Amino acid sequence: MSDTIELKYEVSTEDFTRAGEASSDVKKKLRQMGVPPEAIRKVAIAMYEGEINMVIHANGGTITVLIDSECIDMTLQDRGPGIPDIEKAMQAGYSTAPDNVRNLGFGAGMGLPNMKKYSDEMKVETELGVGTRVNMKVFIPE
Amino acid sequence: MTIGELQKLNILEVVNAGEEPERELKGVFCCDLLSVAMGRGQEDAVWVTVMGNINTLAVMSLTDMACIVLAEGAVMDEAGMTKARQQGIPVFRTENPIFETALLLYRWIKEGNGAAVTENTGAEV
Repeated sequence: MSDTIELKYEVSTEDFTRAGEASSDVKKKLRQMGVPPEAIRKVAIAMYEGEINMVIHANGGTITVLIDSECIDMTLQDRGPGIPDIEKAMQAGYSTAPDNVRNLGFGAGMGLPNMKKYSDEMKVETELGVGTRVNMKVFIPE
Repeated sequence: MTIGELQKLNILEVVNAGEEPERELKGVFCCDLLSVAMGRGQEDAVWVTVMGNINTLAVMSLTDMACIVLAEGAVMDEAGMTKARQQGIPVFRTENPIFETALLLYRWIKEGNGAAVTENTGAEV
């Protein structure tokens, strides 16, 4: 597999019934491509957390996934308010999720920590009032 | 023990039978916070929880857990039911508490017999 495959997804806002569809689709495609299960699991977890964050906090956005033989590269670009204090947001247990979201079982403050834990590289760029862009890479073991 | 065998034990109410009766169950996982479940849920585990919504199903499928057991009388909401039927996801339920349910399932899965649990905890079979 020498070519790069590009997948694009639109994540809509406040739509919990569809949240997770992009991650599920990527998972399915990686399986078809024969990517090792451990790498698929990492991608599925990291991307689902990101996708949920976009729905909860950020008015949705777009996810672009690039896949080649060495790496799965995910970029999540949202239209949200930005993150005022990234360091705090990265702390396990810190959450600004509203009550209606907590009632669904989210809001444990594990989103960003899980994304970091399950990706091999993660970069967060955020601008208040403009949005947040998260890039995560999962390397495919040889 | 497989999902089909679990169903035949008659210790849980079947909400949606699913499409993989032959799938082997390998453990039990308990948690209601979806983000924790996302990071910790084990492949082929039975997930015992009270969260019955569409996101529970998404987390289950993304982590490759095998089926959901709603304990404490929890129910799957309507959107979740539709999705479970569409995707053939096995969902069970029980009025019993999470701990007793998980212990009972653990004994059946790991030791092939959960009868003693029923005796000691009074969990209904």
